[in-house]
Amino acid sequence: MPVTTMNGRAIQVNDEGFLTEYDEWDEDLAKVLAQNIDIDLTDAHWKVIRFLREDYRTQGETATTRRVQTVGGVPTKEQFTLFPKKPAKKMAYIAGLPKPHGCV
Amino acid sequence: MTTTQDVLIPKFDDDVETDRKLAIICSKGNLDMAYPGLILGNAALGEGVETHLFFTFWGLDMITKSRMNDLKFTPVGNTATHMPMGLTPLPGMTGMATHQMKKSIAALGVPEVPDFLEQIIGAGGHLWACRLSADMNHLTDADLHDGVEGIINASEFIELVNGAQLLFI
Repeated sequence: MPVTTMNGRAIQVNDEGFLTEYDEWDEDLAKVLAQNIDIDLTDAHWKVIRFLREDYRTQGETATTRRVQTVGGVPTKEQFTLFPKKPAKKMAYIAGLPKPHGCV
Repeated sequence: MTTTQDVLIPKFDDDVETDRKLAIICSKGNLDMAYPGLILGNAALGEGVETHLFFTFWGLDMITKSRMNDLKFTPVGNTATHMPMGLTPLPGMTGMATHQMKKSIAALGVPEVPDFLEQIIGAGGHLWACRLSADMNHLTDADLHDGVEGIINASEFIELVNGAQLLFI
């Protein structure tokens, strides 16, 4: 498991760069992660990220874009605006979660 | 554990100007065969691929307002269901099989066809109807889902999919 340094501390990541330890993430780190992929976090972004974190805790897996829409209340179209082109992966990355496994 | 000198960032390839295009031809009107096109189309959109869905022949039912909520699945003649074929035409079998299928699909959080189309449109997908099929069934724009961009003929379709990867369902 690779270890990378961000925000002054060692973070465990997988071969792609996604965080592997749920508890190594915090909101400060989220800002760094977002900057890594050129995204400026607004309140709308935070709504999604906080939903993903909370949902992961209760469900044990990363929410898909559909779940972010139906349970999280953020429409698909908005997800594509906030996290252009590859929303599912980008949202998961910034939230320090694995890529979603579900198909929809 | 290997320590990386530079920060390890996933490659999302935003700056890679891709002209990757995917066109999915949906030609079936049974409930089971409505899903492959929708799921792959949705997945492609989630990967930033320009995606077009072209509905032709029975597939037109998926985008016809009066039919899209009533797609059915039948085990008749479908040996993949592993049922005795002689039982499949019995009254009620199609209804039961459709109901079962809808339950299984919903249990996975996958939406029904109309909602799925909404999601695909929200994700930037393009929906097209086949001119010949529409004419055969005497259908106009008014009969089709509002998100359908247009009824196009075969030549227009061939122009549209120039350079695209094609998937026929």
